[in-house]
Amino acid sequence: MLNLADIPDTAADALNTRLNHLQALEAESLYILREAVAEFARPVMLYSIGKDSSVMLRLAQKAFYPGPIPFPLLHVDTSYKFPEMISFRDNYAKEIGAELIVHRNEQAIADGASPWKLGTQNCCGALKTRALLDALEAGGFDAAFGGARRDEEKSRAKERVYSFRDSAGQWDPKNQRPELWSLYNSRLRKGESIRVFPLSNWTELDIWLYLYSEQIPIVPLYFAEDRMAVVRGGSITLVHEGVKLLPHERPEPMRVRMRSLGCAPCTGAIRSEADTLPKIIEELITFRRSERENRAIDHDEEGSMETKKREGYF
Amino acid sequence: MPAITDAAHEQTFRRFLDAHLDQEMLRFTTAGSVDDGKSTLIGRLLHDTKSVYEDQLASIRASRVNRAGAGQVDLSLLTDGLKAEREQGITIDVAYRYFSTSKRKFIIADTPGHEQYTRNMATGASTADVAIVLIDAKAFAKLGTLLPQSRRHTYIASLLRIPHVVAAVNKMDIVDWSEELFAQISAEYTALATKLGLPSVEIIPLSALTGDNVVEPSTHMSWYSGRTLLDYLETVPLQTSSPRSEPFRFPVQLVVRPNADFRGFGGRVERGEVHPGMAVRALPSGRTTRVKSIVTFDGELKSATAPRSVTLELEDEIDLSRGEMLVAEETAEPSTATAFRAMVVWMHEAPLLPGATYLLKHTVRTVRATVRGLNYRVEVSTADHIPATQLGMNDIAEVVFDTSLPLFFDPYATNREMGAFILIDPLSNATVGAGMILAASEEAAAADAPSLSTPTSGPTLFCLPSREEAAQMLTTLAGRGVRVISLDGEKIVAAALPSVLHAVALAGVAAAVTSRSDFDLRTVDASSLIQGMSAAASWLEKSR
Repeated sequence: MLNLADIPDTAADALNTRLNHLQALEAESLYILREAVAEFARPVMLYSIGKDSSVMLRLAQKAFYPGPIPFPLLHVDTSYKFPEMISFRDNYAKEIGAELIVHRNEQAIADGASPWKLGTQNCCGALKTRALLDALEAGGFDAAFGGARRDEEKSRAKERVYSFRDSAGQWDPKNQRPELWSLYNSRLRKGESIRVFPLSNWTELDIWLYLYSEQIPIVPLYFAEDRMAVVRGGSITLVHEGVKLLPHERPEPMRVRMRSLGCAPCTGAIRSEADTLPKIIEELITFRRSERENRAIDHDEEGSMETKKREGYF
Repeated sequence: MPAITDAAHEQTFRRFLDAHLDQEMLRFTTAGSVDDGKSTLIGRLLHDTKSVYEDQLASIRASRVNRAGAGQVDLSLLTDGLKAEREQGITIDVAYRYFSTSKRKFIIADTPGHEQYTRNMATGASTADVAIVLIDAKAFAKLGTLLPQSRRHTYIASLLRIPHVVAAVNKMDIVDWSEELFAQISAEYTALATKLGLPSVEIIPLSALTGDNVVEPSTHMSWYSGRTLLDYLETVPLQTSSPRSEPFRFPVQLVVRPNADFRGFGGRVERGEVHPGMAVRALPSGRTTRVKSIVTFDGELKSATAPRSVTLELEDEIDLSRGEMLVAEETAEPSTATAFRAMVVWMHEAPLLPGATYLLKHTVRTVRATVRGLNYRVEVSTADHIPATQLGMNDIAEVVFDTSLPLFFDPYATNREMGAFILIDPLSNATVGAGMILAASEEAAAADAPSLSTPTSGPTLFCLPSREEAAQMLTTLAGRGVRVISLDGEKIVAAALPSVLHAVALAGVAAAVTSRSDFDLRTVDASSLIQGMSAAASWLEKSR
């Protein structure tokens, strides 16, 4: 990234002092992270292991440097995540010295909760939303950072940076606090909480550009490689121990990568040759389909993301 | 898709990447009445700049709702996100959208135009560089004048100091692309802009439905030789004043102290520029020192300009904590005051009342603020000033506040971040108002002199004719979360009131209630008493 410190003074003087868009986004995110840490009693960062979480984590390192990240990371593990995600999570958290909390809805997992048995809406409800709300309550967290971006999906376009949740953890789109300038209202009554979204104004392209310019490590599944997969219902499903094959399915090697990471049974891969960040960025620029298109959970019914958010999904 | 296989290709792409990294960001907001076609206009901008993915288009084509008519894609569905909106066909909350062209990255705050949602327009406007005010040419043709809402939206754009305003005259297709009608609209809008003192105004005839003059120049309006809307957005100059010429302001967000060897101050440069060696003063302590280094994760910086978030290390160990401020020793200091006048946009069902106390958040500093009085309310569609005793939802007024601790501010007209604040109800925690500081209160300046007659942050005195009414007022104010005290009229003579109120003020109490028949204004020369009393009297009038 263009850094004024790297440029001789005379040249720097000639430059317009206005920040480029990534510097402006970074400055805004650092401000939000610091504001929340200063005002909330017990914040936590929801860490999903995906590319947005990777950016958010780097921003947290920057915001409190030279100090450590002053809050734990929380991963809600559905038991359906790709094994590569779990090993990346454990190694990376250790490498940067972050405190990691992993929470699973063990009861629902023991009862065999799965998208095949419950449908995607109910499976997410038990393994993600319920687990998240339980983990937040157990930890006594009054604020949770999330990596959601407003450009991801239509109901997220209406999110505040500080998203108020009632004592049941639910979102009421008609009862959100007005949010002006960068003056965030952190006042809460007991039991209420706020989801804080430092990446609100970032787009998918901004995320990739930042990953590239900052050289931030991400899960290898984002890079194209020959992987065993089957084509199922129009999308490409990677084959591994967590995915049950249907009787007629015959896995074959395909050159694929993941555009966004979720649970293995519900997140499709895309055919791609992009095995480096610049290649991914180039691919993205010429892409004509949105990133959450391969996420089955967004599409079970019109407005399903809004329904999930009202229930407490982040 | 061709893979990147050779060094030359890679080099070409890196050049593209560098250019993309260097893009500027422009934030704009859209305002218009119900049915002006705002959502359609944004949908059109996104669609014609190829910012809509194929699967998103397929999903709106398949939607059960279509208001665009048979055979046409309803582009407004791209932005109408929530179920309630799709059912009612109106946008009910601020939605943010993103797109970029080869020239700029854009952030759109799409705000609803219905009158009761003024607070949402103010929200979108607070961070915008440009406001697009939608004007419905068909409605103008019918009425013969601008809709009150168009005037209202333009006034709010001027109040929030959005640097540029563009009037998008929409639905030109329905009025037969009439040059004459556009000229009428132009004349009336120009007059409005002049009256409000807007610094930069552009008026563009277009049709969101057909796309004329949105991204592509119109083939139906050869009489118009100006820019298309996208041309305008890509070329309108962003803030021209360099941060280098501005005075340095650095509100301290948090103290960074990971170990005994390091103590830094984290915050965002709100104005100006900072560099190592610079002489700085801490507010409110007045202590001076120098900046030792600008610390970041990416290494130390030689300088940092607004709005960069950094950590400053100082030469000396001075007392400094969150909510306090570092400023350059050499340049103009911000105002430091516990009383000021501000324009307030009220955003809550419960009214703003004189004497009420709220939490006020300005930069990263939160204080208690009591409403001393209302100077006037603005009739938004005419910009006229009218007397007011309270503020209802969506009202805008000039209000005088007294705060429990001093604020360090610049007028909003000089700098948005240094002059803006929000008001929070201390009981419900709702954000109830947004404010823009005009100046320190003149009366407060007099109060700095050691005089007992005008306490620095005087409580409002509610003087009522009977004990019953006084008791009722006491209960009402206490119920609203106002710190209130009762003054017994038989024990405290009127002449002693100013000094008693001064003591009450020092105790941080916001209001006093008294009942007395012998009260004589001539014996009390405290303007704050009179203001408080008249406000209380008229408030009581209303509540009866």
